[in-house]
Amino acid sequence: MANHLFLPLVVPLISAALSVLLGRWRFVTRSITLAAALFNLGYSGWLLWLVSSTGRQVTQASAWAAPFGITLLADVMSAVMLFLAALLMFCTIIYSLLTMEPEYEQFFYYPLLLLLLLGVSGAFLTGDLFNLYVWFEVLLISSFGLVTLGSSRAQLTGGLKYVVLNLMGSTMFLIGSGLIYGLAGTLNMAHIGERLITQSEPGLTTVIATLFLFAFGSKAALAPLFFWLPESYPTPPPAVSAIFSALMTKVGVYALYRVFGTVLPGELVRLAPLILALGGLTMVLGVLGALTQTEIRRVLSFTIISEIGFVAMGLGFASAAGLAAGLLFTAHMMIVKTALFFLAGAAERVSGTGDMRRMGGLARREPALATLWFLGMVALAGIPPMSGFFGKLALLQAGVSQGHYLISGLAVLVSLFIFLAILKIWHEVFWKKPVEDQSQMPRLAPAILIPGALLVILSVVIGISAGPVAELSTQAGTQILDLPGYIEATCGPAGCDAVTSRLIK
Amino acid sequence: MILILAITIGCLFAGGFYLLLRRSLVKLILGLILLSHGVNLLIFTMGDGVRRGAPPIVDKNGVAPFNVADPVVQALILTAIVISFGLTAFILTLAYRANQVTGSDDLDTMQGEG
Repeated sequence: MANHLFLPLVVPLISAALSVLLGRWRFVTRSITLAAALFNLGYSGWLLWLVSSTGRQVTQASAWAAPFGITLLADVMSAVMLFLAALLMFCTIIYSLLTMEPEYEQFFYYPLLLLLLLGVSGAFLTGDLFNLYVWFEVLLISSFGLVTLGSSRAQLTGGLKYVVLNLMGSTMFLIGSGLIYGLAGTLNMAHIGERLITQSEPGLTTVIATLFLFAFGSKAALAPLFFWLPESYPTPPPAVSAIFSALMTKVGVYALYRVFGTVLPGELVRLAPLILALGGLTMVLGVLGALTQTEIRRVLSFTIISEIGFVAMGLGFASAAGLAAGLLFTAHMMIVKTALFFLAGAAERVSGTGDMRRMGGLARREPALATLWFLGMVALAGIPPMSGFFGKLALLQAGVSQGHYLISGLAVLVSLFIFLAILKIWHEVFWKKPVEDQSQMPRLAPAILIPGALLVILSVVIGISAGPVAELSTQAGTQILDLPGYIEATCGPAGCDAVTSRLIK
Repeated sequence: MILILAITIGCLFAGGFYLLLRRSLVKLILGLILLSHGVNLLIFTMGDGVRRGAPPIVDKNGVAPFNVADPVVQALILTAIVISFGLTAFILTLAYRANQVTGSDDLDTMQGEG
């Protein structure tokens, strides 16, 4: 029993409650929030070390034996995602402390961030399908709060689309969980996996798997379900855009990898062509959208969609190598995209606008910002020694070695266009001569660059230490597909049905 | 019983999706509410009490008790009801605020800019 798995859930929850109660004292709220994020960061770093060296960590809620109670389970994928979520939340909180307007802080901005962290951490740790639904709702309702907190016209209309499309996704998830309970008679993921290997209705399982693909695909912004993302991401303050780009779609990606990789591996093989096709479509549509936009954070939002296509491609390869590469790419993308959103926020701050046509000249005025942006851009494009190179290399290696030449070629082509889209930002915002007179515009406080700089440095570190990182991701990829190991960790060596039949004579 | 439930669920889903496709925001929200009711009933039909006549409960001797309904689906539905209640309250508030700011109930004219 690894009861410490409850800590990353309990600490943000209590801290959120405390910071609501003590909301009158700004300093107290800020310190509590920062301390909670720091705790989660330290804990998940330790958990990652523990899981990668000693294997899966499991605990059962209230000591109800699995599959009867709710299982919390951390494997390498969960631990990596938990660590990245805590790290990016920590950076976002620092960035918010430096940039957020006081009205936001008044309306429970920090408690909402903590509840978002709670929901995301719960989703990464749970071993129960219905519990995963509940965590999705926890993180969604906090994100609804964050996306509409400013109540501007764009935020309200963008937020409505975000809420409605996410509720549709959740409804599909709920239908799928209900049907799978009817089919397998259980909601524990390990138990579902165990029972569905030998069940007699393969058609029904495929229907349910397709519902899950719809549900998680709409959360992950897979084509054709991504329309909520560019509407809602650019409208809130940059700190919120950054944490959304870091976490929201990645929870969908995690759920896709967990449910299709671990619980329904048979369906993954069956639906792989569909997933590959949707991945290819997502890549192309996302990058085409990015090329046509003129607002800096809108371009970034569309490139998120395009990169989700790469991650879906890793899943569609339906192999340990593909999943490992997809996971490596996800980690890279979370770090670099969040950094770019931080830097875009800083650029908007000094220019007073996010419209690239009216920006310019920042390379001369803010050389530190420009340097960081350049490094982030290079990382995103996948030029060595930054992290993006190794993520894409692993994906292409997996694709070519399994004979998926068409989609791999498409991925290379789309990569070039993503670079073009980001290069457009570089040219418009940093390189070209300023359009308007900029002598009255504010200078950037150097402290704002710290969170972004931290993440860009991390991207370089990942690129340089690519060997160990790739080993970790290979371990994670193998573990995702290891259903027998997952069942053993949850229910014991004899499996979940052995536990239930011991009780029923 | 299962046939009546199936027809009811089908009607709820059909009505829900029809309303979701309307341009009016209020109708869209009503559609979401209908859909969530449909899902709740669908989960209900997945209970072993309805489908196989025996719930997944045993007494301490390992014998299934008589005349007991499946508690798992009830727990699931209860959770889903609470969640959809909260979300409905939120989205109604959001729609009200959006209506105040944009002065429109029509999703086509309700754009971010302008």
